[in-house]
Amino acid sequence: MNRYESTIIITPVLSDEDVKNKLKSFRDFLEKNGAKNIDEEFWGLKKLAYAIEKKSTGVYHLYDFEAPTDLVEKLEIQYKRDESILRFMTIKLDKYGVEYANKRKENLAGKKKANNNKKEEGTHE
Amino acid sequence: MSKANQSIRYLTTLKLGQKSKKYCRFKKMGIKFIDYKDAGFLLRFVNEQGKILPRRLTGNSLKYQRKVAQAVKRARQIALMPYVTDLYK
Repeated sequence: MNRYESTIIITPVLSDEDVKNKLKSFRDFLEKNGAKNIDEEFWGLKKLAYAIEKKSTGVYHLYDFEAPTDLVEKLEIQYKRDESILRFMTIKLDKYGVEYANKRKENLAGKKKANNNKKEEGTHE
Repeated sequence: MSKANQSIRYLTTLKLGQKSKKYCRFKKMGIKFIDYKDAGFLLRFVNEQGKILPRRLTGNSLKYQRKVAQAVKRARQIALMPYVTDLYK
């Protein structure tokens, strides 16, 4: 088992719902094939640093999971089959990477909580 | 009086060309992992053309220079950083 981080860029042409379904299908695929502790991070529409397939924007999404070594290959085949994926990259995290990823997650969770609290306060007023 | 002072001023050699010593910021700050997702931070290690700066200029230790290079290349692959930027467009 290794810890992996997989980033994908989806075409901006798809509707929000299609994107959601697609991401869900990849998550299901991961779950089916023995990935554990799957975590997702949706970055949304971002500008690309250079054009890919003549598109200047893309929808970024990141999966973070623990998986047996043969799963990455299978996952990347799935990516390649999908024409709406502009680019993907899966990397293995070393021990420092894992540490960093955990910290990052905590930070993000803390921020989300803070935002929610703020919103609640806003509604009270 | 002032004349005497002026002549004394140059008796000791001037300290020219002494710059503060370079250091590896990762060693100093205790950063172990360089995140490829943080393009803003990685911009410090490339020039305006998008080329990775040498150790000579950044002051990184060899260990972390390698990691920086790896991170920059990863960021390029997922289009967070440019491979090349043309200055004369």
